[in-house]
Amino acid sequence: MSALYTRLDRALGAEVIGLIGFLLLVLVGFSLATPQFFTVANFDSMAFQLPELGILTLAMLMPIISGGFNLAIVYIANLAGLTLAWTLIQFGGTEAGAGAFLLGSVLAIGVGALAGAMMGLVIAYIGAHPILVSLSMMIFLRGLGEFLTRGGDISGFPPFLSSIGHGYILGIPVPLIIFLAVALLWHVLLTRTRHGFSVYMAGSNIRAAEYSGIHTRRNLTLIYTLSGALCAVAGIVMLTRFNSVRVGHGEALLLVTVLACFLGGVDPMGGFGRVVPVVLALIILQVLSSGLNLLGANQHLSTAVWGLFLVGVMILRWVAARFPMRL
Amino acid sequence: MRNFIRAYPTEARLIAVIAVIMLFLSFAAPSFLTLANLTALLNNNAVNVIWAVGLLVVLIAGGIDISFAVAASVVQYIAAHIFMSIGGGNWLIGFLVAGGLGILVGFLNASLIHFFRIITIVVTIANYNALFGLLMFVTSGRSIYDLPDWWTTPVPLIERQSADGTWYGLYLPVAIMALAILATWFLINRTTTGRQLYAFGDNPEGARRAGINIGRMQFIAFGWTGLMAGIGGLMQVNIVREVVPNALMGRELDVLAAAVLGGARLGGGRGSVLGCFLGVMLVAITQNGLNLMGVSPFAFKMVVGLIILAAISTSNFKWGGASRKAPTEAK
Amino acid sequence: MSTAAQPETVPALRLAHISKIFGGVKALNDVSFELGRGEVHCLAGENGCGKSTLIKIITGVYTPEPGAEMDYFGQRLTSVTPNQARALGIAVIWQDLALFSEMTVAENIAFDTLAGGRPRLVNYQKIHTMARAALARLGVTLDLDARLNTLPISQRQIVAIARALVSEARIIFMDEPTASLTQAETDRLLDVVRTLSAAGVAVVFVSHRLAEVLEIASRVTVLRDGKLVGVYDTEGMTQSRLTELMTGKTFDKVVSAQDRSADPPVLEVSHLSRAGDYHDINLVIRAGEVVGLTGLIGAGRTELGHTLFGMTRPDSGTIKLNGQPLALRSNRDAIAAGIGYVSEDRLALGLIQPQSIADNMVMAVLARISGSDGLISTRMKTDTVNHGISSLAIKLGQPADAVSTLSGGNQQRVVLAKWLATQPRLLILDSPTVGVDVGARDGIYKIVRRLAGQGLAILMISDEVSEVYFNTDRILRMAGGRIVAEIDPRRISLEQLEEAVYA
Repeated sequence: MSALYTRLDRALGAEVIGLIGFLLLVLVGFSLATPQFFTVANFDSMAFQLPELGILTLAMLMPIISGGFNLAIVYIANLAGLTLAWTLIQFGGTEAGAGAFLLGSVLAIGVGALAGAMMGLVIAYIGAHPILVSLSMMIFLRGLGEFLTRGGDISGFPPFLSSIGHGYILGIPVPLIIFLAVALLWHVLLTRTRHGFSVYMAGSNIRAAEYSGIHTRRNLTLIYTLSGALCAVAGIVMLTRFNSVRVGHGEALLLVTVLACFLGGVDPMGGFGRVVPVVLALIILQVLSSGLNLLGANQHLSTAVWGLFLVGVMILRWVAARFPMRL
Repeated sequence: MRNFIRAYPTEARLIAVIAVIMLFLSFAAPSFLTLANLTALLNNNAVNVIWAVGLLVVLIAGGIDISFAVAASVVQYIAAHIFMSIGGGNWLIGFLVAGGLGILVGFLNASLIHFFRIITIVVTIANYNALFGLLMFVTSGRSIYDLPDWWTTPVPLIERQSADGTWYGLYLPVAIMALAILATWFLINRTTTGRQLYAFGDNPEGARRAGINIGRMQFIAFGWTGLMAGIGGLMQVNIVREVVPNALMGRELDVLAAAVLGGARLGGGRGSVLGCFLGVMLVAITQNGLNLMGVSPFAFKMVVGLIILAAISTSNFKWGGASRKAPTEAK
Repeated sequence: MSTAAQPETVPALRLAHISKIFGGVKALNDVSFELGRGEVHCLAGENGCGKSTLIKIITGVYTPEPGAEMDYFGQRLTSVTPNQARALGIAVIWQDLALFSEMTVAENIAFDTLAGGRPRLVNYQKIHTMARAALARLGVTLDLDARLNTLPISQRQIVAIARALVSEARIIFMDEPTASLTQAETDRLLDVVRTLSAAGVAVVFVSHRLAEVLEIASRVTVLRDGKLVGVYDTEGMTQSRLTELMTGKTFDKVVSAQDRSADPPVLEVSHLSRAGDYHDINLVIRAGEVVGLTGLIGAGRTELGHTLFGMTRPDSGTIKLNGQPLALRSNRDAIAAGIGYVSEDRLALGLIQPQSIADNMVMAVLARISGSDGLISTRMKTDTVNHGISSLAIKLGQPADAVSTLSGGNQQRVVLAKWLATQPRLLILDSPTVGVDVGARDGIYKIVRRLAGQGLAILMISDEVSEVYFNTDRILRMAGGRIVAEIDPRRISLEQLEEAVYA
C-alpha cells in the first residue's frame, strides 16, 4: 500500500492525490445531500460555469510561478472583450459574420498580449515589483475601459455567438473544450518547453537562472504577454456567454484566481506549481459552488466556503508536514 | 534637508512631484488652490490614509494584507447591529467596538499565519474571500441606512462659509487620520516594538536569533492593521452615512498601491508614515486636479494608473524577491 | 550571577559529555570543550562535523542530551536558554551576520537594547552613545546614522563585532568571519580579535582558512563526525597536519604543473581593459592547460572572469577563442561560444537551490536537449543527467531531489556537470572550493585535472594561494586590476608565492 502510494504520488506529482481525495469527498457528500447534484443537468451547468474562472486562473498561474502576480487579468479580459465587441459592431453588430468574429478575436488576443507585454517589459527591464506594475495596469485599464464604455454595457452581437457560449461539440460544452484545450496547452508549455522550464528556474532564483544562460528578461516579458493573451481568451468566452461586455464584469474573480492557484499547491514565493493540481482545485471550487447552490445557498456563501476551504487545506498541509504519516 | 533626502529618498521625491503637480494645478485649475478644495481633499482621503498607515505596519513586518477593506466592511456591519441592540451608543463606544472588532479580525489573520505557518498573502486572500462571502451572504447584499445619529452626523473641527455661500471645513475623520498617523509613527519609530517590527521584516532569521518573539510581531502587526481597518470603517460611515456591504471592495488594492508608492517595500523592513500619506495624496491630488480641469471622470482614472506606472518605472522599486529567497546552506 | 569574585584561573567555559541526537543521528558524541579567559581558540572541522551544533548548544539554541556538564565561568548549568546565554556574556557572530540592512549602524550595534524585554520607548541618544563606545573599543569610526546596506561587507563585520561588545560579551563565537573579507580587512579583523583578547574577551574562531587560524589562535579543538579528535596547541602545528586531523586522511600535496607551451592556444586575451575593474590584460590559455589567477579580493579577478563570460563588456581589447575573435553581448553568447563559468557564489548564483538536481544540470543546455518539435526531450534530459552524475561521480538520492539536499562538494560537482553538458572549450572556475569540505576538495581538483586532460582550457580564479599553487600549470598574479606576474609553480615555493601575493 505504502509503495503503491509512493509510486502514484511520484507519477502524478505533489498535491494531486490529496486533491482527488477532496474532490471525491465533496462529490459524494453533495450526491448524498441532494438528489439534484448527481445529474446530467448539474454537471452540464458546472461545465459551462467553470471555464471563465478556469482560464483566468491559468492566466494567473504562470506569473505566480515566476514569483510575481498579474492583478490586471480581469480588466485585460474586459478590454479584450471590448475589442471584439467593437470589431463586431464595425461589421454590423447583429449582422456581423464569422469572419468579423475571427478578426475581432485575433485583435482581442493582440490587445491582451500587448497589455501583458507592456507589464512584462516594465517588470523585466526596470525591475519593478510585479504586484505594483500589474496593479497600476489594472487601474489604468479599468479607467480606459470605463472611459470607452462610459460605464455601460455593450451588446448587440450576432446570434451565432451563442453557439460558442452555449453550444456543444460532441456533447461537450464549447467553453469547456476551450478551457481544456488551454489547460493542455499550458501544461505542455510549462512542462515541456524551454520557456516553461525557464519560468520555474527564474521563479526560484532569477539571478542564478541568468548566470546559467537563461534569458530571464525575455522570459519575464513572455510570461506576462502569454498571461495577457490568455486573459483575452477568457474575455472572448465571457462575451459569448453573456452576449454583452461590461467593464468590471468578473471583477470578483480576481482574488479567486489567486485562491485557486494556492489551493492547487502553487508556491506563493514562486518556482513551483503545476497545471494539473490547479485544474483539480478549480473543479473542487466549482463543485462546492454548484453543490451549495443546489442546497439553496447563493454564490456569496460559496465564496465564503472557498476561503474557508483554502484555510482548511493550508492547515492540513501544515499538519501533514509536521506529522508525516506512513500509509 | 540634505539628510532628509538621503534618509528618505522616496518621500523626498514624492514631495517634489506633488509640489510640481500642485504648482501646475494652481495655474491650470483656479479652484484647486482654494481652502474649500484642499479641505475637501483631506476630508475625502482621510479614510484611505488611516488604512494605509495600518497596512504599512504589516508591510514593514514583511507581510501583506489583502483583507483589511473587507474587514472594515464586516466591522461596520457588526458595529451597526451592536449599536442598534444597545440602543444607539456614542463615539466612545463606537471607537471601542470598531477598533476592538478590527483587532479581532487582525488576530484571526495572525493566528493562522503564526500557528500554522501559512504565508500572509495566502491567509489574507483566503480570509478576504471568506469574510466577503459571509458578509454578502448574511446581509444578502442589503445596505443599512438606519444608523445612530451620532454616527452619521458630521463632526466639524472647523467650519467656514466661503464667499459663494458654501460651507467648508475639516471634519472628524481628518482628526482621526492625524491621530492614526501620529500613533503609527510613534509605534514604529519610538517604541522598541516598532523597531523590532522593522528588524523582523528586514531579516526574520536575524530577529529570531536576537530573541525577538516572532508570534508577538505577527499579532501586533496584524492587530494594528485590523485596528486601523476598523476605525477607518467607522469614519467611512461617518462620511457616507450608510453601511453598504460591498462598497469598500477593491479599495485594498488602491491603498496598497498608495502605500508602496510611498516607499513601503513589499518584502518588509522599509516604509514610513509620511510616505503613506504622500502616496495617498499624490493619487488624490491627481484625480482632484484632473476633475477640476474638466477631464471626464472616466479618463482620469486611466491617468492615475499611468501616473503610478510612470512613478514605479522611473524610480528604484527593486524587486528583491529572488535574492531574498536564496536559502542559507544547511550545516 | 556575579563572577568577579571568582579566581581568574576558572576557565570561561568548560563542557564535558556533550551529546546531541537528531532523528537517531548523533550530531555530537560525548564531546568536551574548554576555553580560557581571553583565549583565542579555534574550532576546526569539516562541514557536518558538529561545530555549529556545539555552538548552538553553548548558546542555548539546542539542549544537549542528559549527562552533559556545562560550566560557564565556573557556574554549573544543566541547560541554558538563548537569553540566559546572552546574559552570561556569550555572543555569536554568524556567518551571515544576522544584521538588519535597512536599519542604521547605531541601531544594529545596540540592537540588543531594542530586542529584549517589555515594550518601551527607544532612547536614540543612548543607542548612539553605546554604539560609539563599542566602535571606540575596536578603534574604528563609522557613520552611526548610515543605513547598514550602504556599507561594504567588511564594515558590516565590524558592526557585528561591535554589537557583540555592546552586550558585554565575554565570549564571542565568530563563524567564518573572514569568508568575504579582503586580506587587508582580514588583517584588521585579526587585530581587533587581538585587542579583544587582551581585554579579557575569549574569542572562538571558526574558519576554513587554516593559515589565519594558526596565526591567531593559541589552541585548536578539532571535531570530526561529531566526535572530539583532540585539542592542540597551534605552536608548531602546520596546515597539512591540521587538515589530516580534520579529515582523518593524509594528503601528500605535490605541484602538478606541466609545461603546456607547445599546445594550441584556446583563449587569447590582449589589451583588455574595463575602467574601474582591470587594465591592459594579456593572457593565453592553451588546450589542456590549467591557469591560476590569484591576487587579493578587489584585484579585479572576478571582474575579469565576468567579462570573459560575457556578463560585462570591456572598454577595449580583444578576446579570441580558438583563434576567432569574440564580441560577447551576454553570457548566452559566451555559453554558445563554448565558455562555462563556475560562480564563486554557489548558493545564490551557481545553483538554484530549491529546484531539482536534474533541472539544475540541464539548465544551460535547454536547446541541446530539445527535439525537432521544439519540446524538451525527456529521454535526452535523462541521458544528460545520468551522464553528468556518472562522469562526475555525484552522490545523490534521486535526480528529482532538490539540489539543496546535497553536500557542498556534490553541489559543486552538479555545477561542473551543468557546464560540461554545454561541451565547453574554456571553463572559468571562480573559487571552486568555497564551502567545500577540505576532504572533498581533492575530488574537485582531480576532476579539474581530468577535464584539462581532455583538452579543456581552464582558468582557476582563487584567493587561496595554495589552491592555485598545487593545482595549476601556470599562475597569473593580479593586483590593482593588472596582471603583475606570471609564475611557474615548479620554480617557487608555496611560502614565497604567499608572500608575493599578500605582501
